[in-house]
This record gives sequence, C-alpha cells and structure tokens, in this order.
Amino acid sequence: MAPLLTMAGIKKHFGGVPALRSASLEVEPGEVHALIGQNGAGKSTLIKILTGLYRRDEGSVDFAGEPSHVASPREAQNAGIATIYQELNLVPLRSVSENVVIGQEPRSFGFMINWPEAHRRTREILARFGIEIDVTAPLGSYSTAIQQLVAIARAVSMDAKLVIMDEPTSSLDSSEVEILFGGVRELKSSGVSVLYVSHFLDELFQICDRGTFRRDGQTVGCQSLAETTKLVLSAGLLGRNAEEIAAEGLPELAGGHAAYDEVVLEVDKVATGPRLSDFSMTLHRGEIVGLGGLLGSGRTEAARSIFGLDHLTSGSMHLQGREFEPSEPSQAIRSRIGFLTEDRKAEGIVPDMSVRENLTLALLPKLRKIGQIDRDREKALVGEFIQKLGIKTSHMDQPIRELSGGNQQKVLLARWLATRPDILILDEPTRGVDVGAKREIQSIIRKFVDDGHAVILISSEFEELVEGANRIVVMHEGKAVSELTNPGITENALVKALAHHEEATA
Amino acid sequence: MTSLTSEHTMRADFTAKLKSHGGLIALGLILVFNIIVTPNFLQTQPLAVNISQVATIAIVAMGMTLVIATGGIDLSVGAVMALSGALAPLIFMSDFGQAYPVLGLIGALFFPLVAALVCGLFNGVIVAVLRVQPIIATLILFISGRGIAQVLTNGNLQTFSYAEFSYLGTGKILGFPFQGWLALAIACVLFWVVNRTVFGRYLLAIGGNERAAKLAGGPVRQVKIGAYVICSVLSGLAGLIVVAINSASDAARNGNLMELDAIAAAGGGGALLQGGKAPIFGAILGAVIIQLVKYTLLANGVEDEVALIAKAAIILAAVYIQQARKE
Repeated sequence: MAPLLTMAGIKKHFGGVPALRSASLEVEPGEVHALIGQNGAGKSTLIKILTGLYRRDEGSVDFAGEPSHVASPREAQNAGIATIYQELNLVPLRSVSENVVIGQEPRSFGFMINWPEAHRRTREILARFGIEIDVTAPLGSYSTAIQQLVAIARAVSMDAKLVIMDEPTSSLDSSEVEILFGGVRELKSSGVSVLYVSHFLDELFQICDRGTFRRDGQTVGCQSLAETTKLVLSAGLLGRNAEEIAAEGLPELAGGHAAYDEVVLEVDKVATGPRLSDFSMTLHRGEIVGLGGLLGSGRTEAARSIFGLDHLTSGSMHLQGREFEPSEPSQAIRSRIGFLTEDRKAEGIVPDMSVRENLTLALLPKLRKIGQIDRDREKALVGEFIQKLGIKTSHMDQPIRELSGGNQQKVLLARWLATRPDILILDEPTRGVDVGAKREIQSIIRKFVDDGHAVILISSEFEELVEGANRIVVMHEGKAVSELTNPGITENALVKALAHHEEATA
Repeated sequence: MTSLTSEHTMRADFTAKLKSHGGLIALGLILVFNIIVTPNFLQTQPLAVNISQVATIAIVAMGMTLVIATGGIDLSVGAVMALSGALAPLIFMSDFGQAYPVLGLIGALFFPLVAALVCGLFNGVIVAVLRVQPIIATLILFISGRGIAQVLTNGNLQTFSYAEFSYLGTGKILGFPFQGWLALAIACVLFWVVNRTVFGRYLLAIGGNERAAKLAGGPVRQVKIGAYVICSVLSGLAGLIVVAINSASDAARNGNLMELDAIAAAGGGGALLQGGKAPIFGAILGAVIIQLVKYTLLANGVEDEVALIAKAAIILAAVYIQQARKE
C-alpha cells in the first residue's frame, strides 16, 4: 500500500539558523506513528510545516498520493490533516455540539442552524469513541480528556485522514489517558492515521506502531516499536550507548544526603482557602523535601502560600527562625526564595523577550545602578549562566520563544539561581522536557542542594520524588497527612501512603 | 548552504525588512508625493506648521505607547488635554495670577499637570488595582473629563494674550518650534526609560506576560499605574501646548479625537496592541505620518471629514502589518 504521507528532504531555516536539515517522514494509512526526539530536535517545526503554519525552504511533501502545498492551517484541514494541540483550539464556553459542528453546521431552509440534527450528529460521533455526555452542555464543563476527545471527534467529522497529536496526555491522569487511547484505537480501526508526539516512552510503546527518530534537526531512523526496547529508545534519543545508561541507572537527583541540622523554613498548620487547609513541613539546609500527592491535593497551593501568592488565613511560617508572611512574590524573593512554576508558558517565560531579559527578570532590583540597569553586569551574568547550565541559544538576545522547551526551562531555572536563593520551590521542573535536558536539570538541582541550599520539589513523577527527595510530605485534599523519610522510600511505599488516605476518606 | 536556500533566505529577509520598516516607507512615499504635488511644501512656513502640529500628537502618542505596552489603552487623553488646557488660563487670569505674574505663570504650568497626574492615577488605580478593563476604565474620564473642563469654564471660550505662556506653543529655538524640541527631548528621556531602566524592563515584561512578571517579583500595579500617570501628564502637557498655540482655550474642542490620533500613531509606529513593545521613536514616526496625511489632504483641498477616513485607513494598515509581523 502506498504511504498516506511522505515528507522528504525537508529543510527549514529561521534567520540563519537551521531548524531542520533533510528531515523525512513516512506515515502509512491507518497507522499510529510516533515522532520521537528531544526538545529542539525539530518535531514541532516539522509538524508546523505539515499543517501549513510554516513554509518549508526545500523538500517535498506528498499527501494521499498527491504533492501537497498547504499554505495555511485551514488548507491543511481541508486536505484532511487535523491537529490536536496541547492547548486545545476549542471554545470552552460553547456547547459540545457547537464545537464539533462549527464551520459545517447542518442547516434548515438554507440559513437556520438545525440544532436537533447537530446534536444528533455530535452524539453519534462521540458514541463511536465510547463517550455519552450531554452535548448541549458547555465544553468547558468537561475534563481535559473529554475535551480532547471532542477535538478528535471534530477532526473525524471533517473526514480527516491524518490526525496529529502533540503531547496529548501532558495534562491527563492515567484513567483519562486510557479514554484517550480508546479514541486513538478507534481512529486507527477506521483507517485514519495518527501522528503521535510525546515524551512519555511508555505511551509510545502502548499505542504506536512505528516511530521516526529525530535528533538535531535530522531524521536518524524509522523503525517498528515492537522490535525495540525502552532502553534502546532513550539511548537512541540521547545518542548514547544503551549499556551505559543501564549501568548508571539512577536519575541525576539521587546522591548525597543532608548533613545539616539547620532548619531554614518551618511551616506550621498553614491554610489559604478550601484547597489548602492544613499544611505543615520543615525544611533543612542541604535537603530536598518532596511534596507528594495526586493532582488537586494542594501541592501547588502549598508552594503558592510560601511564595506569597495566596494569603494565609491561619497558621504561621518561620524563615531562618524569624516570623515570615510574605504578601507578594517580590517580598518572598527578597527573602531569598525562588519559585519555578509548573506552567512554563503561562507563568514562566515572557515569549517575546530575549533569553537575557528573561533570565534577569527576577534579579532586576539588584541590577539597578544609578537609576538604570547595569548592562555590563547583566551580560556577564547571563553569559555565565548560559555556559554553566549549557543553555543552547544562538546568542543571549535571541527571543526565548525560539528555544526548545528544555532550554526554556533551563533559562527559567537560571532566572532563580541568579537571585542566589536559599530556598528553591520547583513545581514539576522536568515536565515536558526531553530525557537529556531532564538529567541536566536534575544535576543542576543536585548541585544547588549540595552547595547547602534547600529545595521543595513538587513532581507527578514518583520516580523523581522517591529517588531525589530526602523526605516526602504526602498531601491529600489540602492537608499534609504523613511524611516519608529516605533512605527507605520506594515508589510502592509512596503509592501506599497516598492510597491509604484515599481509602480513609472514601 | 546552497545558492537556492540563500536566495530564499534573502527574500525572506527582504520581506521581513519591508514589514519592520513599513512606517519609514510610508513616510517616504508621503514626502515624495508632497514634494511633487503640494505647492510650497518645502518652504519654512509649512514645515514649522507641521512640526508644531505634530508635536502634540507625538507627545500624547508616546504616552499612549507606554500604556499600550502594558497591554492597556487610554481613551481619556483628549479629555485630559481639555481639562489641563482649561485650567491654565483660569489660573493665570485669576486675580492672584494677575497680581503675581511669575507665580501665576508657574502655577498655570504646574497645576494643570498635577490635575493630569491625578487623572492618570485615577485611570491606573482603576485598571491595576480594581482590575477593570482599560477600555472601560478610561472611558470614565473620556466622558467626564471634558465635562469637568466645560463646567470649569462655563462652556465659554477663554481667549487671552499672554506672550510668556504662549511661548510653549509659538516659541522658536534655532528656527524650529519650541514644542518640536520638547517632543524630541521627551522622546529621548522615554527611550532611555524604556530601554535602560528597571521600570522599562518591567513595563515590557508585564505586557509580554503579566503573570510571569508578577511571579518574578515585578511590581505590576505600580508599573501599570506609572504608565497611565506618564500618559496623562504628557496629555496634560499637550493640552497646554494647544492652548498656547491658539492663545485661547476651548474645552469643547481641545484634544477632540486625540485618542484616535494617538492610538493610530502608536500603532503605526509599531506598538503591539496586546502589549510587550514600546517603540518610542516609532510613535513619533507614526505621529509624523498622521500629521502629513492630514496636511496633504488639507493642502490639496480635501475635506476634513475625508481626512478622518484616511486616518482609519492608517490604523487598518498598521494592524495589518502587525498581524503579518507576528507570523
């Protein structure tokens, strides 16, 4: 059978910097195809060329047996290429039906929208994916997984031949992932191809048939996933030897343990509202304390209370023995606390500003010199951090939005390290970054702690918590319910601690 | 790199340049057109007229640029002009002002600007503290500011002859209008503020991503209020200049539709309406273009009403170029 999509010899430059050098991709009809590579390997660029957001400099694209020259997302859509983005491009306030039929509403008398027919059609499409919901309710009232399925349903209703999914599971919990995968399998069985991008190797094995590997803007290979192993996959990604990684085993966070007794932060029965009602913890110099818990257990709210974003309604905090109740972030920063937020795009980067300007954003008050910013010191400092953290950027004045996710995250980490904090709160520091950058970020954190500072680590990855943290404060429904101490914590122990409280309240 | 790609890149660079220098190209076209078509365009008299007219637009547009950089907008600039313009003659023509002319003059320059500052504070607090959308928040003064000015003057036209005060609008340094120099000086200061100071960096960061700026310790409220205050004070100054030019204060007409000119000038100069960019000299360029379009139409016998349509076309073109640039 002829492939549905063939991309060959694709090249793309931004300014003078090559983002893609001879990229190729082949997707068979009815296949779930993984696009695998680190951040910066050119996955998004390739997808954006395919969907008409970018124009290719060179190369050919054949879709459904014909040369394709899509110049806009709309043309791509008309040609049968649908994209499900990380951030859904749906209208949350409108009904499910409206979102599905928008642009192709069934009409009566040629001008009125035939709503009963629209609802019927929507229900029918959704039923294929095994979901039965009230299609007249606003889309925003459903979970992200359902919303994603609605986006897929919309694609199907427009006779898409290829559905592109870019990190579709990054905000889903495990049961929701299953729902989504059901949708993907349904697509596959009806002959629709799926191009699947994800950092989670487990998912790729679970759902994908074949994968195309990309590194440094080049396609390095394409193979069936059934014939490969996770280790080979991650090794291939990093350009390393599989045995070498197997020997190393532990993530970079693991290592030395606290040798200090000095308490830097003491939080006592803090509450800020319904989502954080009773939170206590102590943090010593030179240690990592993890906050464990499910989504919505109050981990992020705990961090926000320490950083002065949510005001205390009861309880107290002591920083280096002194009473501490910051009323806004700037005050927490002056007290030498940094907070790397979970949502890099919405709360981290200023996309149009340069790497330099982003990196020094939290440091500005200290860079003031006779009323203006000390540019020489700023440049020296930024240069130093770019080198120290291995940030890949063509120059420090490059807009940060042009960097890959992992490098953006390193810039944000540098933003906080530059303020010379005593305490760093890290909310999902390695989410959405590739394996290579993850290890680098973990080793930066390790070094920071070994230098005698303290870290509060929030992570949904149990492995990262269990192996990185000295202690884990387990959170449940806005309360700190128990504490586990390393050595001795295992993933099972953590899951058990979580489950225990889950049962107790159920 | 093959010759093919380099040619592609060159072409891409060229279009990018065309987009980012669209304002300059437009200015060039208007100038060439005027030199050929409009009689006496290059004589000193029309030049001085143009500079004195453009200065007020430019001064307000620079303030507007700062507000737009935070992702906001200020509709009250024209009303603030009317208010400060109405106050000045009231002060120097009062009994006190007549008795102590020097103090009267200083007061006539100082208090209208204080009034403008209070207006800016009002706008800024409503936007930054009460979190009302800027377009609604500044609508309050847009409506009431001119009303207050007219109440103060009983709706009368105040005419005066006061050479010292009129210097603001009619004085010349090295043959060029005083307010032209003033606008240039303000531009230099604001350019420094935006590009070199902590305030300027925060201003752009807030426009670029407000939540990120706040989480990085940025004083979001203070900076936003600051932008509205600067914008209002500059509007107040422009109001004084207009009054000085005319030797008369007409609260009903002073600064009328200035918000349109200022927004168009800022937009044409490259300020993105969603925030994050503050091209100060761009605002001057935008103001020059608007003034020249007005002048060109007027000098060639086109009605004033039609000139409004031309202005709308400029905004349209500016928005189009911005959209293209985002890609």
